Amino acid sequence: MQSEIIVSGFGGQGALFAGQLLAYAGMDAGYHVTWIPSYGPEMRGGTAHCTTIISDDEIGSPLVRHPSAAIVMNAPSLDKYEPLIAPGGVLVVNTSLTARKPTRADITIVEVPANAIAEELGSAKLANMVLVGALLAAANFLSVEALEAALEAHLPPRHRKLIEANRQALRRGASIAATVRQRGVETLVMT
Amino acid sequence: MTKELLKGNEAIAEAAVRAGVEAYFGYPITPQTELLEYMARRMPELKRAFLQAESEVAAINMVYGAAAAGARVMTSSSSPGVSLMMEGISYIVASEVPCVLVDVMRGGPGLGNIAPSQADYFQIVKGGGHGDYRLIVLAPATVQEAIDLTYQSFDIAERYRTMVVILADGNIGQMMEPAELPPMHAANGGHNGQRASWALTGAKGRPHNVITSIYLVPEVEEQFNQKLQAKFRKIAENEIRYAEYATEDAEWLVVGFGTSGRVAQTAVKQARAKGIKAGLLRPISLWPYPEKRLAELANNVRGILVVEMNAGQMLEDVRLAVSGRAPVKFYGRMGGTVPLPDEVLDEIIRLTKESNS
Amino acid sequence: MTTPIIPVMEQLEDIVYSRPAALAECSTHYCPGCTHGVAHRLVAEVIDELGIAERTIGVAPVGCAVFAYNYFKVDFAEAAHGRAPAMATGIKRVHPDNVVFTYQGDGDLASIGMAEITHTAARGENITVIFINNAIYGMTGGQMAPTTLPGQRTSSSPLGRDVEVMGMPLKMAEMLAGLPGAAYVARRSLHSAKEINRAKKAIRTAFEAQLAGMGFSMVELLSSCPTNWGLSAFDSLKWIEEHMIPYYPLGDYKVAEGIEALSKN
Repeated sequence: MQSEIIVSGFGGQGALFAGQLLAYAGMDAGYHVTWIPSYGPEMRGGTAHCTTIISDDEIGSPLVRHPSAAIVMNAPSLDKYEPLIAPGGVLVVNTSLTARKPTRADITIVEVPANAIAEELGSAKLANMVLVGALLAAANFLSVEALEAALEAHLPPRHRKLIEANRQALRRGASIAATVRQRGVETLVMT
Repeated sequence: MTKELLKGNEAIAEAAVRAGVEAYFGYPITPQTELLEYMARRMPELKRAFLQAESEVAAINMVYGAAAAGARVMTSSSSPGVSLMMEGISYIVASEVPCVLVDVMRGGPGLGNIAPSQADYFQIVKGGGHGDYRLIVLAPATVQEAIDLTYQSFDIAERYRTMVVILADGNIGQMMEPAELPPMHAANGGHNGQRASWALTGAKGRPHNVITSIYLVPEVEEQFNQKLQAKFRKIAENEIRYAEYATEDAEWLVVGFGTSGRVAQTAVKQARAKGIKAGLLRPISLWPYPEKRLAELANNVRGILVVEMNAGQMLEDVRLAVSGRAPVKFYGRMGGTVPLPDEVLDEIIRLTKESNS
Repeated sequence: MTTPIIPVMEQLEDIVYSRPAALAECSTHYCPGCTHGVAHRLVAEVIDELGIAERTIGVAPVGCAVFAYNYFKVDFAEAAHGRAPAMATGIKRVHPDNVVFTYQGDGDLASIGMAEITHTAARGENITVIFINNAIYGMTGGQMAPTTLPGQRTSSSPLGRDVEVMGMPLKMAEMLAGLPGAAYVARRSLHSAKEINRAKKAIRTAFEAQLAGMGFSMVELLSSCPTNWGLSAFDSLKWIEEHMIPYYPLGDYKVAEGIEALSKN
């Protein structure tokens, strides 16, 4: 089994951290993992994305052309990654920052107004965790509990006070996406 | 020791720290800057020397000075910065002082970009500086291998009194992978805790030591060159490293180093799944090059594909080693682009078709 | 042997000439009349007087003094052109208790090595620099240096240095004295016995500043190059006095607090 997840958004949305957390959780669960970011000037204000691979076998290429899943946190990321997801894969869209509807019919699409939910939970910065929670519920390669444990184990001490809020965001995202597990044309739109 | 998720640049830095590096001199350049930043925190914490130099030119000459003084010392940079170091590199090898350079390669030529590349192969493996010299060049493909090679590199450099280069690319530097760090060695100057007898430490109770690279009389310079060449031959006998995957029964051989090598390994797996008997040779030491092993493998395969993130630089060493034993094809991506497994798989399939037709 | 005998002013009848212990027993390769030998001797005398030969590490330049390491009986490195201050920095950072000095000419220090000398001074690197300014490239055969005087003829300024094209010569002592990291910066001349004595005192002060951990110290020495100037040894000394000193005034350009107390000891 190998899952390849791209997380993409504006710099500052926490895309890179979301990918890292997936890698930590994968590592703690005993899988081979790689995490590789986009790096450089684009990180400051432009788009930032990373690729996380979680595999039960040694990982060769840390980059993939057709990921099995993508979390797109803004409109440019949707345009870039929707066409690239492997058939049967999962696309998690942050509808708070995207205008158009996804069009692919051969992948599972989960639409989540992540910013709105995050703000409800207290901070727009939690949007990344809402989206990761939604991905886990839809793609099922790691449990929400594994991610929570990774937060607990790897968040640096100065950020530990954020663990509970992040955990809530993960669960909220997972509950939203719980009904779209089966792949196909089915689309869940949160209002 | 348990595995931690470590970023390549920082893992290399910590491996050097644990190998007992006493001094680090460097200059910021993407995509190796985290290495410098890590050292900026870590070295003073351990009361070891860290200095951000005014340029890569100064950095390599500070390394030269500290190495001449017998210290375990290193620098790191990326392609354009390494170009600036070439003068110092030639002096260091000619002066026979040990040190370690980490080159986290990026796209070029010129200012290029900060994306991963392997286009420094010629510059590092074939020279770049003036004169007949060789560098021991080790190319990691994973964060763990980057740690292991860096950790060993100081001992190797001191064993031969020369420079070892860890030749990584932006991928290796920026990537996070689970890896295990080696135990901490004290910063004792290497050489089993003793300053080397040749080191500049002050001529107390001994004749004065001189570290130099000038021999004005051509015959004397030639003699010195012969001594260097003898050392390089010894290194070539002892320090060859490579990894193989599925080569036992391979009919088609892929050759790639570093990131290209690991990407190619995925393609080789995919080819095997399609019934193509592909295998991979991943040179780890780029100099000395595993030419004998490559020649052996070339005797038993029907075609060879070289994959690099450049226009075909290691390709020349493959052709020299293969020496006509098998057809050699090349697939390269340039300018900071990274080949993906499906591209390499397509090339493997093309190779089998061309050779069958 | 071309090391000149230096007359000392007082008690002439008691003078016994002897070679400083820090100076190797060999002939130098310097041209007759060149003041490198004087500068070497002064540095060696200071090393002897301070009793630091066993912990001194020198860094030689590229230029006429490239073989300086053959003439001093202290540990020595031979740097790349202009990089001696960087190399000295590397040495000093790993051996802070050693005494580290560079010995550089004007092409090495003020042209190709401008970045290294400037930043070494700016960092207040605790090393000593002996800077030989003879207004010309000696080793390569008399080309224009960054310190070549306006109108001075060299093999690469055959019509004389045209300041419209090449700008004015660099005054390194004044430049580096402006940097906060510099503790002691002085210019002296080697054209007369009196000035040689003053030069030695400055060199001693520079090494003492390092021993006291006060930071960067440099002594610029106006020096002769009879061969490439096309003058006799004697006329060369006069040329320093008449042509160089007016443009490169002698004196102390930076004397950090505490330096004067050092030299009284």
